[in-house]
Amino acid sequence: MANIVRPYGDTLDDGKVQLSFTLPVPDGPKGREAARLLVLSWGFKECEVVNSAAVSDDFTFYVAYGKTEIGVDYEAARADTASEDASMGMDETCAFVKERFGRKVVIVGACTGFDAHTVGIDAIMNMKGYNHHYGLERYSMLEAHNLGAQIPNERLIEFAEKVNADAILISQVVTQKDVHVQNLVNFIELLEAKGERGRFICIAGGPRISNKLAVEIGYDAGFGKGCYADHVATFVVKKLAEKARE
Amino acid sequence: MKEKLGLSKGKIAEARSLASGIVAPVLDFIDGHTTVTVERATLRIAGADGADADGVPVPNLIVDQLRAADPATLEGGALEGGALVHYVNALIRTGGGTADLNRRIAEGYRVGSEPLGDREAIRRKGAQLVDIGLGKVKANRMQRSAKMEEWKGRNNDPLLYLIVATGNIHEDVKQAEAAALRGADVIAVIRTTAQSLLDYVPFGATTEGFGGTYATQENFRIMRAALDAVGEREKRYIWLTNYASGLCMPEIAAMGALERLDMMLNDSMYGILFRDINMYRTFVDQKFSRMINSYAGITINTGEDNYLTTSDAYEKAFTVLASQFLNEQFGYAAGLPARLMGLGHAMEMEPGIKNGFLYELSQAQMAREIFSEHPLKYMPPTKFMSGDIFKGLAMDTMFNFVSKATNQGIHLLGMLTEAIHTPFMMDRYIAVENAKYVMNSMESFYDEIEFAKDGLVVNRAKEVLSQTIEFLHEIGEKGLLDAISTGMFAEVKRPKDGGKGLEGIVKKGNNYWNPVEEALKAGLGLPGRGRDYSASSAGDASSAGVAKG
Repeated sequence: MANIVRPYGDTLDDGKVQLSFTLPVPDGPKGREAARLLVLSWGFKECEVVNSAAVSDDFTFYVAYGKTEIGVDYEAARADTASEDASMGMDETCAFVKERFGRKVVIVGACTGFDAHTVGIDAIMNMKGYNHHYGLERYSMLEAHNLGAQIPNERLIEFAEKVNADAILISQVVTQKDVHVQNLVNFIELLEAKGERGRFICIAGGPRISNKLAVEIGYDAGFGKGCYADHVATFVVKKLAEKARE
Repeated sequence: MKEKLGLSKGKIAEARSLASGIVAPVLDFIDGHTTVTVERATLRIAGADGADADGVPVPNLIVDQLRAADPATLEGGALEGGALVHYVNALIRTGGGTADLNRRIAEGYRVGSEPLGDREAIRRKGAQLVDIGLGKVKANRMQRSAKMEEWKGRNNDPLLYLIVATGNIHEDVKQAEAAALRGADVIAVIRTTAQSLLDYVPFGATTEGFGGTYATQENFRIMRAALDAVGEREKRYIWLTNYASGLCMPEIAAMGALERLDMMLNDSMYGILFRDINMYRTFVDQKFSRMINSYAGITINTGEDNYLTTSDAYEKAFTVLASQFLNEQFGYAAGLPARLMGLGHAMEMEPGIKNGFLYELSQAQMAREIFSEHPLKYMPPTKFMSGDIFKGLAMDTMFNFVSKATNQGIHLLGMLTEAIHTPFMMDRYIAVENAKYVMNSMESFYDEIEFAKDGLVVNRAKEVLSQTIEFLHEIGEKGLLDAISTGMFAEVKRPKDGGKGLEGIVKKGNNYWNPVEEALKAGLGLPGRGRDYSASSAGDASSAGVAKG
């Protein structure tokens, strides 16, 4: 059954939306009217420009409230939950690995290409972890190798072969001009050219990476904002068990 | 400046003396070596510029050709005498000016193909080129001082520092103008993400970059002109900042000195720890770059904030203070006065810590008191910025508060959209308005507030200082290089012979000649090398015109 929902301000279905944006025009009544018309043109039924401020001579910042009548069927929305599972904590993951595989699971991670930001891969892998979620290095039944930043794809594959990795984690933080996608695609192509795509579980991560994007370009999963080591570890060991059954 | 923490003077002196002892053996290594980029920076100050049809810069062509012609260069070949001698020699042989020679080199002429002529003539011509190059730098320094004097008191205190990073220098200009007009004092043009690992500096204006814009001399010039125009209009000096870091530290410093940049990100160990650049290479490069910065009156910013994005800011607070002490000693050794050392730190503790704000206040006040003459560069929260822009704005407000409450010098404005995208124009606007509101409303706060004698703020600072001394003892016992290679900094291990750029180090022979280095050392009052080119080849120790320290 359809369940139509609309934005909620202080009354059900009032459709109140908060907006802020900049226009390349000077501040003044004309600019505020232009901002109001712009918001209405997006389908809002009412719009109030509550603040305008000159950012420079030729640019103005607006805060506006709009009212919409458009709703969405909540029941029809399908979330991409493949990478949402963090059901196993550190101890449980290690116990699972011990029981199913009887050996340590090897995970190699790096931030690849020219991307110099280790913050993502560190959050997942470093002993300390992030936001009270221990990183993979602390898991006694995982052998975690964090190669750091600016690692060429070739070197990452070489290293994964050397330590006989079960899973490879690639972090991409810089996304300007879609450089992260090119880099991630190039990695999969290299693996495929070597006939080794099936050998490793491949995972992409970063603040702008979604599971959907990652799967589309040939990864087993993608982990974005709000994901911790628990999510990654749960996915890797379950996937590995699945692979072992095949 | 009022002291509020009651820190032991003896302990502070002990920490400084430990840091000085740690740095000393590294300085010995530095003084015995040059690098490819030190040579290229020297060439640039002497007038080498331009690029060939493939975009290879003229300074690289010169150094690479000299090394290729004599593969034994590392241990004593062509480059042993320094690259400049060959450039000057070619200049005399070809009879034209530097612009003409640069063009010839770009078209394929090899300076190494000429046999070295009369050494005395080379020495004289070299001294002349150095006078011209460093003369420009001196003129820039004077112009900056004059403008700052003229517009005294018009900048914010602390200086409000904003980053632009579109990848396109012309777009950067628009963003920078808007930011400066809103009240920013310092504009930093962040570099494209790969540039720190390029062993050359690209040539010309650029419009493509990832996560930032290429640092090139032309881009420096474009932004300088734009900021000068805004400054004239606002009657406020707008500081221009770039990054003398990575594999081309000294060259970027040279270009910045020639184009009147005012600040440079310039850390003694950042490249080693966070960019995996070879440690020997970095140590040699940082000194030369810092001598140039010092001579040019450029304020350096060090990168201690990076320790805290890697390690826990509460537990590892002492690594920041230890690094500040080391950066300070490396700075003094390169002739930098305290007033040009923007030692870095950051507000990066987990926002959920009870009393976290007091610990941040303590850390910032401690840095203020220990480094009382240094401008101090304070960095905003980034690690725990979540995408909740409203919480982010609250965190940035707290950061603005700490900065003003502890009299920081250079205040990098936090962005409410940190961790979402590179800042929009309106994000910067919100940041500047926030800072101006907070700082104006608490203008005299520093003089009004004291801390409880045995309270949390005071005790925390004492604890961090003690931990720092302990840590410096450990480093001292191991030696700095071994301390880095065993992961004592930022939990990163870097082998001594690993990392990028190792092949670019050259041991200086007895015939090494670098009149730029000598002039810098003389100008900064630093001890020079015992011998120079003219002394060993022509028996003329008087070496008039080339100052010796």
